[in-house]
Amino acid sequence: MTAAAVQPAAPPVVRAEGLRVLLPSRDGRELAAVDGVDLTVQPGEILGIAGESGSGKTMTALALLGLLPHGARTEGSLELDGVDLLRMPIKQLRALRGAEMAMVFQDPMTSLHPMLTVGKQITEHLRFHSGINKRAAMARATELLEQVRIPDPARTIKAYPHQFSGGMRQRVAIAVALACSPRLLIADEPTTALDVTVQAGILRLLDRLRREEGVSIMVITHDLGVLSALADRLVVMYAGRIAETGSTADVLGYPRHPYTRGLLHALPHPELGSAELRPIPGSPPALADRPPGCPFEPRCSESVPSCAQHRPELLPIGGGRAIACPVDPYAGADDVASEVVTS
Amino acid sequence: MNQHRSPWTRPLAIIGIFFIVLWVLIAIFAPLLAPYDPIAQDFPKFLEPSGDHWMGTDQLGRDEFSRVLYGARISIPLALLLVVLSTLVGATLGAIAGYFGRWADGTVMRFADLVFAFPGIILAMAAAAALGPSLRNAVLALVIVMWPSYARVVRSLILGLRETEFVASSRLLGSSARRTLAVDLRPNAAGQVLVLAALEVGNAVLLLSGLSFLGLGAQPPDPEWGAMVSDGARNFDRWWLGVFPGLAILTVVMAFNFLGDTLRDALDPRTARALRGTP
Amino acid sequence: MSLLELRGVEVVYHRPGRDVRAVAGADLSVERGQIVGLVGESGCGKSTLARAAVGLVPVAAGQVLFDDVPVQPLRRRARDPRERRLQMVFQDPYSSLNPRRRIGDQIADGLKLAAGFRGDPRKKVAELLERVHLPTDAARRFPHEFSGGQRQRIAIARALAADPSLIVADEAISALDASAQASVANLLVSLTRELDMGLLFISHDLAIVRQVADVVAVMYLGKVVETGVTAQVWAEPAHPYTRALIAAVPPPDGSGTLPKDLPGDVPDPAEPPTGCRCHPRCPAAFAPCPVVEPPIVSLGDGRTTACWLHTEPPALVAGSSVDRDGAADNTSEVA
Repeated sequence: MTAAAVQPAAPPVVRAEGLRVLLPSRDGRELAAVDGVDLTVQPGEILGIAGESGSGKTMTALALLGLLPHGARTEGSLELDGVDLLRMPIKQLRALRGAEMAMVFQDPMTSLHPMLTVGKQITEHLRFHSGINKRAAMARATELLEQVRIPDPARTIKAYPHQFSGGMRQRVAIAVALACSPRLLIADEPTTALDVTVQAGILRLLDRLRREEGVSIMVITHDLGVLSALADRLVVMYAGRIAETGSTADVLGYPRHPYTRGLLHALPHPELGSAELRPIPGSPPALADRPPGCPFEPRCSESVPSCAQHRPELLPIGGGRAIACPVDPYAGADDVASEVVTS
Repeated sequence: MNQHRSPWTRPLAIIGIFFIVLWVLIAIFAPLLAPYDPIAQDFPKFLEPSGDHWMGTDQLGRDEFSRVLYGARISIPLALLLVVLSTLVGATLGAIAGYFGRWADGTVMRFADLVFAFPGIILAMAAAAALGPSLRNAVLALVIVMWPSYARVVRSLILGLRETEFVASSRLLGSSARRTLAVDLRPNAAGQVLVLAALEVGNAVLLLSGLSFLGLGAQPPDPEWGAMVSDGARNFDRWWLGVFPGLAILTVVMAFNFLGDTLRDALDPRTARALRGTP
Repeated sequence: MSLLELRGVEVVYHRPGRDVRAVAGADLSVERGQIVGLVGESGCGKSTLARAAVGLVPVAAGQVLFDDVPVQPLRRRARDPRERRLQMVFQDPYSSLNPRRRIGDQIADGLKLAAGFRGDPRKKVAELLERVHLPTDAARRFPHEFSGGQRQRIAIARALAADPSLIVADEAISALDASAQASVANLLVSLTRELDMGLLFISHDLAIVRQVADVVAVMYLGKVVETGVTAQVWAEPAHPYTRALIAAVPPPDGSGTLPKDLPGDVPDPAEPPTGCRCHPRCPAAFAPCPVVEPPIVSLGDGRTTACWLHTEPPALVAGSSVDRDGAADNTSEVA
């Protein structure tokens, strides 16, 4: 993974400020699935969004694409190349979707059209957005399949998704997504359903595509290993808010927010030997039950009384890092590994 | 949103329950509610509905109103009995077919297919005629006609449930096939069977009345609604003879249909989850 | 004498027109008090092997021995009482509990059916719930009132009610979130140690297996390709597939290392490759690999592997050779 591919000085491809996604609840209230998120994605950067289910990470991506569930309302701003997506008329958004930003989902079996050949899916997409003729579209489709390293593209073009293995289907899904050379590729749990050896191939593919095509990628997953391999920067989300953000090396190597540390401690470590795994006690709050103060406070071993009353702001702490924890108990502490062995 | 309201509060449900309760109470308290003896031929024939006889009198001088009330004591309990019997027979056979498969499945389903091949009332007529016209034989004939519907539903439910992991767990703990059927599978199938049964009560009332209309079920002088409608058909100009028992059948059948629909909505896992609230 | 022993187990699924050998000859053993991890990717047959081990599917060849007695596949009648001490916990917490019965009753099933318990089970059920760290009033509730992690604990309590001497955990934590995975894994490990049970822990998650298992077995396309003490297998994998598997796991350490991939796809189990099943994707494949299937050999210290790199391949005569099953094969030319 080369940091040289990232262009930090250029204007961001994606900028979210105070983004909130509000969903209507059964009893008429509005619940914030995403509750005040600020983030940016630079050109050529891979941004990882880490979080468990219910953290709001997928909703953030859906907000970008305008694919929020019926009845959802948004607040704040969400820009793609400086243009506000939240207030954009749907026709314009549809033109952007697929062309400037595209998405790859977890299950390629349900995200690819089962009744269309692979070639048709790519060419339909291309011709809808760019109106090129059939021959040019087929040529581009072949080119794309080669880019995603699918063997024998000429034969693949005529085949149907169900004839492929999971890994191959995901490569096809990526090819479809990249057809119109989007600025932003959003990948929501792209490898969760795949075997680990196949996953390795997809991760390498995404990294190479970022370097060769300059596309920015937003990878959303609960799997910290995947993010460690792929992402330049990380955003850790919990209960609709950002807990911590910074470069991947910093956030995973020297986590500061108690939630991030808890997540890493819950994972198996080679250094742990035969000692027990250390899960975070309790579970994330349901959408309707979020506490008024810091959402992580009920499970936090470092909390102080004020944590339950005041919602922490995401504050920069230098070096491109920011955390939402006034207590910040691990400021200047050792990295995760040594912490694990000694405590 | 419609999802918020319990299915039991919807207008159709309320109407259905109201009529069922009404008729059940009538069936129970008919002797107290009926002004006259239903089989006493004490009055002038073919009297139009009036203050003394709210539904008039029939061709033998019996009070229609009392007969309609007493009719509930025949139709409703027998329809319920019929459904209970068909459910027991059908569900048991269906469960055996679904769980044990192969020859058990083949045998049961071929018999079911045989029954399905005939229109219900025709087969019921043939069976009732063969057994001899009486209410008891009508019920037996109708059990033969109605059990396959349950068997089919239960069989497909069991086929699906048979491969689930909780069944495997049960078997691993040492449950025999029979015990698994009774203890593990039955509660999971019961809901759907109950819905079907509720919907079938209406059908049972219609079939029983139909057989009686044809002379194959209730015999005179029993005040059974189908038989009374038959009298009404033969005396078409005396409209009150056919209309009132007909309305009785209509309201009972519709009420049970509404109940069945409501039960289905209440037990449908999707609606039920929406009401309970999924995390 | 091992608690659970699988010798040359083969499991065949009959599909219209062809038979699929989901497990094509596997050897495995689990001792009392030992945790054996079984890893592999899709199509390797580990879940099928698990089901064969407890008798849910019949074996087409080979033997499954539990306490030295062959395991009978489940038929219509109730399972042999002896075998009820061999229990299983399944992957999906949403379908492994009966949605229409109270969980106390389901746990009591284990007591009554398997452990032969008579009388009022409530106290024992409460003890079992405590053992898996669930509140004792949970007995009156229904499965849908619990989270995935809690349901797995209930499933474990039910298995424990049978007083098992061995539990097969088939991807028992895979469907849970990270925290629940850790706590349920901890529970299984501590129960194994406390009760001196055996635990066959099946998972596709290498990191957890490395953490939890004493001994690990690696499967590929229906065969066990390597076994050994976990720490040793990780430090020095003998089989190229094991090596590839380990190298493919991205560590969550922020170092940015991309994992190594293993190109190619898992072949269709109905039409496995000739010779060694791994050879089409193996980076170290050489002459004998496509021709003859390597036998399992012991490397000492409880390590076994099935790979021509670790055992002398047979001499291949130019023009013809014989593969393991005796059929002639004319493709090899190297002498």
